[in-house]
Amino acid sequence: MLRDAVWAALGTVLDPELDEPITELDFVAECTVDDHAVARVRLRLPTFFCAPNFSFLMVADAYDAVSAVEGVTRAEVVLADHHAAAEINGGVAAHAGFVETFAGEADADLADLRRYFLEKAVIAGQDRVARPLVDAGAGPDELAELTLGTAPSSPDLERLRQRRAALGLPADDGAPLLIHPDGGGVAAAQVPLHLRRARLTRLGIEANGDMCRSLLQNRYGTAGGA
Amino acid sequence: MYEKDGEKYFIVDAHLHFWDASRENWVEGQEQYAKGWIDCFYGYHQLAPPETHWDYEHYLKVSADDLMRDVFDEGHVDKAIFQSTYLKSWYKAGFNTVEQNGALLEKHPDKFIVNGRFDPRDGDAGLRQLEEDARRWNLQGVKVYTAEWHENGSRGWKLTDPEAYRFLEKCRELGIRNVHAHKGPTIWPLNKDAFSVEDVDQTATDFPDLNFIIEHAGIPRIDDFAYMAVQEPNVYAGLSVVMGAHLHARPKTFARFMGELLFWVGEDRLTFGSDYNIWTPKWQVEAFVDWQMPDDEAFTDYPRLTTAAKKKILGLNAARLYGIDVPEECRLPEPPTIPEQPAEQLMDDAAGAQA
Repeated sequence: MLRDAVWAALGTVLDPELDEPITELDFVAECTVDDHAVARVRLRLPTFFCAPNFSFLMVADAYDAVSAVEGVTRAEVVLADHHAAAEINGGVAAHAGFVETFAGEADADLADLRRYFLEKAVIAGQDRVARPLVDAGAGPDELAELTLGTAPSSPDLERLRQRRAALGLPADDGAPLLIHPDGGGVAAAQVPLHLRRARLTRLGIEANGDMCRSLLQNRYGTAGGA
Repeated sequence: MYEKDGEKYFIVDAHLHFWDASRENWVEGQEQYAKGWIDCFYGYHQLAPPETHWDYEHYLKVSADDLMRDVFDEGHVDKAIFQSTYLKSWYKAGFNTVEQNGALLEKHPDKFIVNGRFDPRDGDAGLRQLEEDARRWNLQGVKVYTAEWHENGSRGWKLTDPEAYRFLEKCRELGIRNVHAHKGPTIWPLNKDAFSVEDVDQTATDFPDLNFIIEHAGIPRIDDFAYMAVQEPNVYAGLSVVMGAHLHARPKTFARFMGELLFWVGEDRLTFGSDYNIWTPKWQVEAFVDWQMPDDEAFTDYPRLTTAAKKKILGLNAARLYGIDVPEECRLPEPPTIPEQPAEQLMDDAAGAQA
């Protein structure tokens, strides 16, 4: 069914700050495909004042993802109940960039913002993969030697590879598991501090995701989860 | 004062408001923003225990009597530090101005400390206003919002801006020692730098005689915050929102936050703030005193939270910052013997390895 394909496409769209698909965050309020293969998607967010830059990225990414689904003749993606909904919806429909959409208000396009959060995801992802190994007794020397190929395979490892690839960082089997976001290596003596930081970054992202879920539930009275 | 199990806690609420979000105060044509703002806060309010929830109309505006009861009679607070939030483009008389807070201070001079505000984009007029406010309210602190929009078209500023340094130098001159900076949840800034904590780093180094209390601990960018705070002895974490949004709604998350903050920032640089009128202080104080790090394996390498540490966080640390006299019975018998921030050791080790 075409609607399933559209839904799957929306599943590739991430909230940049939370590093989770908008479908899992319950941000997709409505997703339909009519007889003429026009896909209509309505997005919603946890608060009226969610930052317009993140919001713009999600609407634009959703528009691109849905437009690219084979068989879809036209995509209409709108954001509802948001203080900048009119500007964002108009800008995305007109294929305008963020700076153009918010002329006179924004001075930087959003590539840097996306990169900033991808770097966070790459740091947090190292904790997700390494933490079970630390708990099982792996020491700094062992962890510093681990590569993406020798680390136990898991969905978290796959996700980490994808984020690293998106940043242009080494993502092959031979690449070390622990790296700095600039690609630099982590010496054994630096491992404890590196992992402490990674755990902290992960906490920031996950706690934010939890908070957004709570606020969304309170706002829309949903049970959460799509 | 709050007493539990024979221990006496002197409570300083270092971050609270007295707002007017009533419909009469909404600027014509800007109602959707005024409503959107308070609705957003009302969403946060729902994260408290259900029995403490208020109805929406009450949430828009409470009376002075309500506040005195919620904060002092029932809330265990000994001294409350008002922060201001202007937002005059949406709220006619301001959302929560120094004047609104000052009116309560004049009625109850022993209960409150009123903090001022500045915005470096206000230029010379802003400097004069700060001088005037400092004299009128005997300011020891200010609250700043670096992500706030300005009528000159700017969508945010940094503490490191040369104009901001003029204001910080003025603070020094006026005896204002405590700068509370809002670095918290991403609400509304257009430019990514508006919520960054990077500017605090340089500024704290350049103004070692001022204290920088980062409200909401930079959450969700707590990693940027903590990694900066570990290196700056005059940077504090304000626990407003950290407690209110998590202590009840997400206890495991709260435990992780506390563990990380104790590790990176240390118990001597954390301050309690109820963020009234988002939440009341009563349940926060009581739950925090009862709280302990969970025994689960996931929390084993976090520092424990001692009774002495709770006393510091709930009041003694802020009392030190603001020169508040603490009754003998609530003081700690001796200075702490534990390391201030375990993270320092780890950073030294890693730096040694790098050299």
